[in-house]
Amino acid sequence: MSDTASLEQTTDYILELKGISKRFQQTQALHNIDFDLIPGEVHALVGENGAGKSTLIKTISGAYHPDSGTIFFNGEQVVFDRPIAAQNRGISVVYQEFNLVPQLSVADNIFLRHQPVTGTFVKRLDKQYMMTRSREILKELGVHIDPKALVKNISVAYKQLVEIAKSLVWDCKVLILDEPTAVITTEETVLLFEIIRKLQQKGVSIIYISHRLEEIFKIADRITVFRDGEKITTLDVRRDPVTIDQLISHMVGRSLNEQYPPCKIPAGEELLKVESLGYGKLFHDISFSVHAGEILGISGLVGAGRTEVAKTLFGVTPGQEGRIWVNGREVSITSPEQAIGLGISLVPEDRKSEGLIQMFSIKNNLILASQKTYTRGGVFQPQMIIQKCQNMVKAMNIRTSGIEKQVSQLSGGNQQKVVIAKWLLAEAKIIIFDEPTRGIDVGAKVEVYRLMNELKKSGAAIIMISSELNEILGMSDRIMVMHEGTKSCELVNDQVSQETIMRHASGVREVTV
Amino acid sequence: MSSARIETLKAYKNRIQGAYGSQLSTVAALIVLCLILSILTPRFLTTGNIISVLLQSSINSILALGMTFIIITGNIDLAVGSVAAFAGSITGFLMVNYGLNPFLGILLALSLGTLTGLISGLVITSIGIPAFIATLGSMSVWRGLALQFTGGSTSFGLPEIIKYLGQGYVGPIPVPVIITVIVYSIASFILGKTPFGLSTYAIGGNEQAAHLSGINVKSVKVKLFCLHGFLSGLGGLVLAGRLNSTMGVMATGYELDAIAAVVIGGTSMFGGEGIVWGTLVGAVLMGVLRNGLNLLHVSPYWQMVAIGLVIVFAVSVDSLRRSFDE
Repeated sequence: MSDTASLEQTTDYILELKGISKRFQQTQALHNIDFDLIPGEVHALVGENGAGKSTLIKTISGAYHPDSGTIFFNGEQVVFDRPIAAQNRGISVVYQEFNLVPQLSVADNIFLRHQPVTGTFVKRLDKQYMMTRSREILKELGVHIDPKALVKNISVAYKQLVEIAKSLVWDCKVLILDEPTAVITTEETVLLFEIIRKLQQKGVSIIYISHRLEEIFKIADRITVFRDGEKITTLDVRRDPVTIDQLISHMVGRSLNEQYPPCKIPAGEELLKVESLGYGKLFHDISFSVHAGEILGISGLVGAGRTEVAKTLFGVTPGQEGRIWVNGREVSITSPEQAIGLGISLVPEDRKSEGLIQMFSIKNNLILASQKTYTRGGVFQPQMIIQKCQNMVKAMNIRTSGIEKQVSQLSGGNQQKVVIAKWLLAEAKIIIFDEPTRGIDVGAKVEVYRLMNELKKSGAAIIMISSELNEILGMSDRIMVMHEGTKSCELVNDQVSQETIMRHASGVREVTV
Repeated sequence: MSSARIETLKAYKNRIQGAYGSQLSTVAALIVLCLILSILTPRFLTTGNIISVLLQSSINSILALGMTFIIITGNIDLAVGSVAAFAGSITGFLMVNYGLNPFLGILLALSLGTLTGLISGLVITSIGIPAFIATLGSMSVWRGLALQFTGGSTSFGLPEIIKYLGQGYVGPIPVPVIITVIVYSIASFILGKTPFGLSTYAIGGNEQAAHLSGINVKSVKVKLFCLHGFLSGLGGLVLAGRLNSTMGVMATGYELDAIAAVVIGGTSMFGGEGIVWGTLVGAVLMGVLRNGLNLLHVSPYWQMVAIGLVIVFAVSVDSLRRSFDE
């Protein structure tokens, strides 16, 4: 119905795409896509990885040229053959990976693309103007960042705002935000949303991509759902509210009624116990234990020291204080090598730079942590490796044409499964997941959850660090909340509310018995 | 032909291109070069000349072998030539002037080489300075020590055994060529078939991820530098045998030839990729080029220009091929 309406009001759109198709060799990345953007709206794009969201924004921003279809900007037909062509019309993208020069100041970065010059004979950079204008823009956004500060010294959230400020230097009509909240904390997200609303009031249209559906409901006016390169639907959520479950079923084409598959089993013996664990200023006095068949969720804000606790247990940062027991035996862990020997493993937060060797095949990534078990007399046994890897790929449902495929060519969800499989081959008994589902799509998330439950059933002890409260509440048996490097509380996951966790995470203590 | 068969062939072709694409272009270049040279000069394609090319390439091949390991981990070593001189000239000096037993001499040269590798490896891993800087320094240190120890003199007339290493023949095959084939075979085995080899690639591919997968990165690196030092010492010995003399200034500039052979052989300077046979082809290609240009009476100055162009050309072709693949 909304489609017929759109034909009549073509000129009301700031941006309109008609019949856009784009093909990459074997894959039809976009198939006959119609998309429109109203001035001042927040239009969210959702879909699993590989659904076509990224290709669409790259087409809008001029990075890709569509095979067919037309783009209208302000009612006028345009061709964005290069990114600069789109930028000149006021279309900017803030990607997940920032394009900032860390060694330069905030003001320098804001004016990186269009440097103002002054002087009649000798043209020089107009530093004065850059400072005042930067200050203005940042003030408009309502943030207190010193334009003189070096970008490398400011927080990730501020870097993101500098990216946004960069877009506002020139008349910005369309701002595309690609997974903006993946890297920032819940509190910072609140600030980001305020800024988005301010921009909206100024008439800037926002295309918002995120995997976090809850926040999409908070911010979006309309939601367009993609699946396998096709546009499934555009929902006007301000007019007709939909539920998260309805949205998910649009995204995956089936209903996922059990996003967090329940798995209650009695806990077994204690596999890991730490007492008064501390490391410099990062965290101190952390005590907890994990049992076989149990998931301990660790919640807290970014910077609360959760990842640092994980890295310490895994021996990445030796020299900790406190005591650690594995299987009832006291140990001191000084290297990942040793941690692995004790049956501890870490599925790190940053899959790309810490979890996998991107240029390696699936096979070589899989055997990396258990290399010695495939050797006879110090020499690899290829048949044994192939067989074990193929079995593992099948058991983990890793979607690939074969074990020789480079992991960089897999989707985020499948990459994560390779990381987990690597630890299963190393026979890990205590598995620490640091943000296990960050940046992977809804379908793959559920698979990761199922996998965690299976590990649990097979008697593994799991520690799960997560910033997603739903995930913590959905998966954990017990929850430890951290705040500024200390343990804020420990809760049995039974009727715990999001609010309770948030309160502990932000250091507000209740007086309860 | 059945479609299944075609699919299999296609998969096979893709696998070869995927794994050895960089090396294939080097082999193709070598063949083309040989064809051109055999047309231009009848003397090129004779058994005697081919053997002499292989002989001339052998020392560079040996030095470039250790370099391949180092470059696969994403590091570099600028001290190879100096280490060869350090190990070779001190040993030669002791054998000629003090009558050191040649077998002990061989042991000494290999130990000195390994020791330099151990020191480089420890400095790089424990202090954490880049290999480029560490070996830039040690390049000067080992050369200086070699010159100081030998007093800048040349030691002529080495024992027969050492001469045999550089000038001997087994049947029609020169001993240095045999040594080259042996060390390459062992190295290829280590890189391709052992956990140590996989760890080497892993460190070059992503050091952090390798560390977090339980690989003892420091230990692997130190061992690699030791291995590299050992091979540099061996290169110094063979060179000494070829020259039947040693001096502190021997093997000057050899590090650049070694790096060039590795790069022409398709090993990525960014690490994580490369095979030793590629380096051997690279070293032979440089040997063929020099030999051919000599036969054609091209001046050594033009030869330098040609070698330089080949390096840039080889890497350009490889980088174009990679961007084309993506």
